[in-house]
Amino acid sequence: MILINQLSKKYKDADNYALQNLDLAIEQQEIFGLLGPNGAGKTTLISMLSSLVKPTSGSFSINGLTYKENKNKLKQIIGIVPQEYALYPTLTAYENLSYLGSMYGINGKTLKTRIHQHLETLGLDNFASKKVGFFSGGMKRRVNLIASILHEPKVLFLDEPTVGVDVQSKNVIINHLKELNANGTTIIYTSHHLNEAEHLCTRVGIIDHGKLVCKGKPAELISKQEDANNLEDVFIAITGKALRDHA
Amino acid sequence: MHKLWASTYKEFLLLRRDMGGIAILFVMPLILLITITLIQNNTFKTLKETKIAILLVDNDKGTVSKSINEGLSKANTFEIIKKSSSEEAKNLVFKGKYQLAIVIPENLSKDLTIKVNENVDGILEKFGLEEENKTTPKTKIQKKEVVLYFDPATQQSFKNAVKNGIDKIISGIEIQSIYKAFEAQLSDTPNSEPIFETENFITFKEITPDDSSGTYIPNASQHNVPAWALFAIFFIILPLSINIIKEKSQGTFVRLRTNPVSYATVLGGKTLVYLAVCMTQFALMLLVGLYVFPLISLPEINVSGKLPLLFCVALFSGLAAIGLGLLLGTIFKTHEQSAPFGATLVVILAALGGVWVPVFVMPKFMQILSNISPMNWGLNAFYDVFLRNVSFKEIVPEITLLFIFFIVTTIISILYNEKKNAV
Repeated sequence: MILINQLSKKYKDADNYALQNLDLAIEQQEIFGLLGPNGAGKTTLISMLSSLVKPTSGSFSINGLTYKENKNKLKQIIGIVPQEYALYPTLTAYENLSYLGSMYGINGKTLKTRIHQHLETLGLDNFASKKVGFFSGGMKRRVNLIASILHEPKVLFLDEPTVGVDVQSKNVIINHLKELNANGTTIIYTSHHLNEAEHLCTRVGIIDHGKLVCKGKPAELISKQEDANNLEDVFIAITGKALRDHA
Repeated sequence: MHKLWASTYKEFLLLRRDMGGIAILFVMPLILLITITLIQNNTFKTLKETKIAILLVDNDKGTVSKSINEGLSKANTFEIIKKSSSEEAKNLVFKGKYQLAIVIPENLSKDLTIKVNENVDGILEKFGLEEENKTTPKTKIQKKEVVLYFDPATQQSFKNAVKNGIDKIISGIEIQSIYKAFEAQLSDTPNSEPIFETENFITFKEITPDDSSGTYIPNASQHNVPAWALFAIFFIILPLSINIIKEKSQGTFVRLRTNPVSYATVLGGKTLVYLAVCMTQFALMLLVGLYVFPLISLPEINVSGKLPLLFCVALFSGLAAIGLGLLLGTIFKTHEQSAPFGATLVVILAALGGVWVPVFVMPKFMQILSNISPMNWGLNAFYDVFLRNVSFKEIVPEITLLFIFFIVTTIISILYNEKKNAV
C-alpha cells in the first residue's frame, strides 16, 4: 500500500509548487492512473515515489517502508519504468537486461530464465542479441519495461510507458501490465492516453497545477460528470481547454 | 561483489563496442609519443647529427676565416653555404630562408696576426728577450666584429647556443695565434718540435650516476616514454568523464539511481575497466619504445629489471587519473563542459608536472605549484625508476600521493553525488 501525506515539491528557482499538499492512498494490487496536462506534476510525483526527487515537504511510505529508513529495501520492492528509454544503445537487449537485472542482485540461471521469459512474452525473443540502438521505439519501450520488472517488484511505477509506440506494441505492453497486476503487482502509471487509462486502471487521479483535483474509478468519474461519455470528457471538464505550454 | 563484476563487464562491453574510442585511447597516445620523441630526439642530437643550413660570408679569405669554416664544419651541426655579399646573406636570413648568416670582416686574419705579434713582442720586450733596436711603433688596428644575422623567428636558446659555439671557435683561434706567435719568436730553428701543446688540457666527460654499471647516459626515449605515457594516462579523464555524462544524458543513470546499487559500485566498475585501459596504454608505449623506436632510428628504451616498478607507477598514476575523471564526470552535466575543461586541465597538470618543461627551470612560484600536480608525482616516480634505478621503497612517497589523490577524488565524487541526489 502506498500512503502519501501532504506531499509537496517546489523546484529551486520555480515560482510555483510542482506538487502541493497531495494526499493519496493506493491499495495493494491496484492499477492507479495519474492523469493530467503537461506540467501538472505527474512525473514529479512518480519521481518522488521512486527516490529520484527529494520532496520539499510531506511524507510517503510504500508497503510501510520509507527511503529515509529503508532505502535499499524499498528500492528492491519497487520498479520504475522511466519516460526515457534508459538503456545502453550499444549493448544488446540481453546485455542491457542482464546488467540491469544484476543491479537488483539477481544473477545466474534465475536472471537468464527471467530475461528470456519476459523477452518471449513481449515478443522480443528473436532480438535478444541485437543492439538496442537499432530497435524501434516500441521495441525499446518493451525492453525498458522488462528492465524494470526482472526483480519482480511489488510496486511498479510507469511514466508514460506507451508514449510514441504503435498499437501493436501498446497492446503487448498493456496486456503484460495486466498480467503483472493479476500476479499481485501494484501499478501506478502516468499517461496522456485517456482511453487506455479508462480501460486499464482500477482508479485514476487527475492532477492539475500540482494538486489532485479528483480521484476515483473511471466509470464513477464518468457518471458523475455531466455530459461525459468517457474519461476524456471528464478530463476536459475538470482541467479546461486552455493550452498548458510552459518553459 | 556480483554487482561490481556486472558493472565492470558492462563497462568493458561499452568500451569494446566503441571502436573509434578504442582507437583514440590506444593509437593517439602512441602517435603522440613517437612524434614528440622524434622531435625531441633531434633536438638532443642537434650538435651531433642534424645539420642546419647557415650562410657564411668570407670577406677575410685568410687563415682565421678558414679556421672558422673548419671549426663550424667539424661541429657537424651546420651545413655551410658560402655567399659573397653580406647584404644578400642578410636578406636571405631576414626572409626566413636561413636561420643564421655569419659575416667575417675583411683583413681579420692579417690584423689578428699583426695584433698578436705586437702583443707578443711587447711581452717579450718586457722580459728582455727581444733584440735591441727592433722596437717598432704599434699599428693602429681597429677591433674586428664577426657579424651574426639571425632570423627574427629564431628562438633565443638557439641563438645563445650558436653564439657560444662561435665564440668558442674564435677564442680557440686567438689562443692558437698567440701560441704560434710565441713559438715563432722563441724558436731558433724553423720546423723544430712545437714548444706549446695546443690541445685542450681540460675536457668534459658526461656521467650520470648509476648504482649498477657506474655510468649511464639517458637518451630522449628514456625521458619521453615515461613523460608522454603519463600524459596519455591522464587523458583517460576525457573518455571517462564523457562516459559518466553519457549515462546521465541517455537516462541510464536515472535508472541506476532507482536500483539498489551504490554509486561507489557503479564507479568501481568504471575504475577497473579504465585502469585496465591505462595499463594497456602503458604496455603499448613500452612496446613501442622497445621495438618501434629502433626501427625509426630512435634510441631504444632500457627496461631491464625495471618492469615491475614501472607498472606499479603506471597503476597508481592510472588510479589518480581515473579519480579525476570520475570527479569531472560526476560534477559536469554536459560533454561541452567536461571535454574542454578536462583537456585543458590535463595540459595544465602536464605543464605543472614538468612534462613540457623541467620543473627546475620554472620560476620559483611555479616550482612550488608543481608539487600539487599528480603528474609531477607520477613523473618523478617514473624518472626514479627509469633514470635513477631506485628500489620500490624510494617510490613509495610518490605512489602514496597518487593513491591518496585517487581516494580523495573518488570520495568527493560519491559525496557530491549523494548530496545532489539525496532523497
